[in-house]
Amino acid sequence: MARLDVGSQVIIQREHFGELLEALQKKSYKTIGPTLREKAIVYEEIESVNQLPVGWTEKQEKGKYRLVERSDGALFGYNVGPQSWKSYLSPPEVKLWSARKTENGFEVEEKSDEMPQYAFIGVRPCDLSAINILDRVFLDDEYQDNVYGERRKGLFIVAVNCTEAGNTCFCSSMGTGPRSREGYDLAITEIIDGVDHFFVTDVGTENGAAVLEEVTWEKAGDSAVEAAEERINEAADSMGRDLDTDRLRDLLFNNFEHPQWHDVAERCLSCANCTMVCPTCFCHTVEEVTDLEGDHAERWRIWDSCFTLGYSYIHGGSVRKSTLSRYRQWMTHKLASWHDQFGTSGCVGCGRCITWCPVGIDITEETAAIRKSGKVPEEKVDQPQP
Amino acid sequence: MDNNQKPKLAVWKFASCDGCQLTLLNCEDELLAIADKIQIAYFPEATRAVVEGPYDLSLVEGSITTPEDKERIQKIREESNFLITIGACATSGGIQALRNFKDVKEFTSIVYASPEYISTLDTSTPIADHVEVDFELRGCPISKAQLLEVVNAFLFNRRPNIPSYSVCIECKRRGTPCVMVSQGEPCLGPVTQAGCGAICPFYNRGCYSCFGPKETPNERSLSRQFVKMGYTNEDLVRAYRMFNAQSDSFRKESEYYEE
Ligand code: SF4
Ligand code: SF4
Ligand code: SF4
Repeated sequence: MARLDVGSQVIIQREHFGELLEALQKKSYKTIGPTLREKAIVYEEIESVNQLPVGWTEKQEKGKYRLVERSDGALFGYNVGPQSWKSYLSPPEVKLWSARKTENGFEVEEKSDEMPQYAFIGVRPCDLSAINILDRVFLDDEYQDNVYGERRKGLFIVAVNCTEAGNTCFCSSMGTGPRSREGYDLAITEIIDGVDHFFVTDVGTENGAAVLEEVTWEKAGDSAVEAAEERINEAADSMGRDLDTDRLRDLLFNNFEHPQWHDVAERCLSCANCTMVCPTCFCHTVEEVTDLEGDHAERWRIWDSCFTLGYSYIHGGSVRKSTLSRYRQWMTHKLASWHDQFGTSGCVGCGRCITWCPVGIDITEETAAIRKSGKVPEEKVDQPQP
Repeated sequence: MDNNQKPKLAVWKFASCDGCQLTLLNCEDELLAIADKIQIAYFPEATRAVVEGPYDLSLVEGSITTPEDKERIQKIREESNFLITIGACATSGGIQALRNFKDVKEFTSIVYASPEYISTLDTSTPIADHVEVDFELRGCPISKAQLLEVVNAFLFNRRPNIPSYSVCIECKRRGTPCVMVSQGEPCLGPVTQAGCGAICPFYNRGCYSCFGPKETPNERSLSRQFVKMGYTNEDLVRAYRMFNAQSDSFRKESEYYEE
């Protein structure tokens, strides 16, 4: 089909949606998308549309996630699950390099693994923002992170606008959703209306337009575009959570000794689940391993968390011994010091940390409790030095 | 390498099931490499040959349950340059520490025809209650990978990569959807030290805490969540009284719910 312009909108009918995956695979992309595993929707390699969680949705609450069937055959009728795309862009365990002992020292071994070229299918607007944030963290500085950079370089993104919001979602508050704004190659909005089932598709890049050359599409009429708009607005109005971000940074910095920190520390398990599921938490540690002969050594980078004692360990011990100091570090980094460090919020409002906290600690409730009795300072304040 | 130049390894056994020592024998692929670097000087489960002490590295399995044990561990400590306890028994008293909550005499009178021949202590206690321990390997049984790592670190005089954080971190790295959140299965992972690779959640079960309490555990908060999920006080007592019942924080938690 003819090459579309960036910024144009078309319709892909449900029966042609599979062509999109085929087109991407033909261009040698490894297609990663949502699929069912055990009792949740995770992101894995998918080869066909049948592997999507067709006809499934989920119910999310604080500390609770349950799959529920839906009757409309939607391909994207759910929100976000326990994983985020960082599993692919900054994987949980990566070998950085290895070396072999030689007669007069050691020799670094050639890296052999070729980087896969990923196409992410079904990136939610909050997660798209999270990828933009990770770009800032890993790539937009003097020193770039190769692990992330190599995987990010050839990435193709099919975003999905949300037409229903989850019960732990608050992207509206964070300004990251439920419509995707930038950073996608294609963005789709799924519409099901009686027997009609189609995807209003926005072309975000030349790459996106090139892929659509291999897919059957039709012109998007006004009514289809309006329907998409309307559904996205409905999602915006049905957010399960909200977070008042007005001068939030200063509020938190001004309330470092607020009693709420003690309250949450009494509940927090310091288990680190919140950081593992968060799409923007990027912390990792580096481990060296040797073989028994002592001839071979490897350096691995693995996910770490500010909730562990080892994370803040320097000579003499850990800096953040108490759970209070660790929870406070995490939350104020997400919502306050991230602004100073990277110029945005570190939270995109995906709600994962709320759902996947085993004891249901809710970042929006903790913030609201501090706002309720804490004072917002008149002037901008600096981050307190604990 | 000439045997006499290699560090000498001894493997000792106290009250235990032998599973942790077996882990060493199960290191099939690595056993030759180990034997190449270390002289296996005392390891009755593997060889009857005995080389006299002192030993450079002692691995101690099992808990202290008899008056003789109490003396024997002192001698072992004297003969060992570096002493590592392996497994839940040696590190926290093991499943047999359940006796600590009951009257042992009552058990022996029920189990044995002539209980007067049984000489046993009232309690099962970890090695560290009796002598200084240089490193503790958790698990019931220990993980082969962690055992190799700690031997490896010993050989190269480096710090072992044995984290003391939660099982949840391993569970998430592995990409397992949390069974507690997605299936309502009570799971001890959030208060348990990593090391097993989060096997149980991977097979759709909650963690039983084979590896015992993690650093800064918060059992009370997790217990409250278990109660919301339908646990009774009795269930909670049972949950904390497994392989690591005698660990300080688990013992306190189970006693709290017993009252
Ligand atoms: S802090 Fe929580 S809600 Fe915000 S981006 Fe991370 S996981 Fe999502
Ligand atoms: S807030 Fe929840 S998920 Fe995060 S460390 Fe605490 S208990 Fe674990
Ligand atoms: S399944 Fe258990 S170990 Fe895994 S994240 Fe959930 S609570 Fe933690």
